[in-house]
Amino acid sequence: MRDFILKRMIAVILAFIFVYGFYVILHGHISPGGSFAGGIIVSLSFIAFATVYGIDKGKEKLPEKFLVWVESYGTLWYGLMGLVGICKGAPFLANKLAGIDLGVPGTLSSGGLIGLIGFGVGIRVASTMITLFYTLMEGDA
Amino acid sequence: MQFVAVDYWIMALSLILMGASLALFFIKDLIHAVIVYGAYSVTMAVIWLLMNTPDLAITEAAAGICTTVMMMVAIYRTRRPKKGNKDEN
Repeated sequence: MRDFILKRMIAVILAFIFVYGFYVILHGHISPGGSFAGGIIVSLSFIAFATVYGIDKGKEKLPEKFLVWVESYGTLWYGLMGLVGICKGAPFLANKLAGIDLGVPGTLSSGGLIGLIGFGVGIRVASTMITLFYTLMEGDA
Repeated sequence: MQFVAVDYWIMALSLILMGASLALFFIKDLIHAVIVYGAYSVTMAVIWLLMNTPDLAITEAAAGICTTVMMMVAIYRTRRPKKGNKDEN
């Protein structure tokens, strides 16, 4: 697409959608939303970029190799966070049982490991959605 | 059984929901079907919000937009019949 207005609008809006997606991911335990919805919002910001600026420029900015890397390590991050509980002598994915200080309820730090786990799941969902979009867009029509 | 004002809003939106999902059966053009599906998704998000589940509402809004985009891309790959030529439909 070669429209000037669309390109400038996306250039302004993109950063805000991106930051809002990460806000939804990281505040998943105290406000509506979560890692799945936030990850989809993050991926939608990039899908808008790749739609307006062209799929080739999108692949230049975010190569598929990097997406596979993020997808794999996001899952591994989830597993490692679960192993924290086992290392402390508690069940898998234990939060308070593992001796983590939960702080004041309602604040951002009151989730313990939940925020870190949600971050891994969120970037994984985002990279999966962008990979799906690339797979559908490429190839001969 | 007593109804409050929110219930009437949910009933009215449910009628739109039923209309949209029934219309999906009878629409032949795929692009139009995807647009109606987007309307269905937005209505469902508002219903979740009225039923005090903002968590599901935000997920429905995000996932609805994402599936609509994916279907649009998939339809972009198909051949569309020319206008006025109804036999090839």
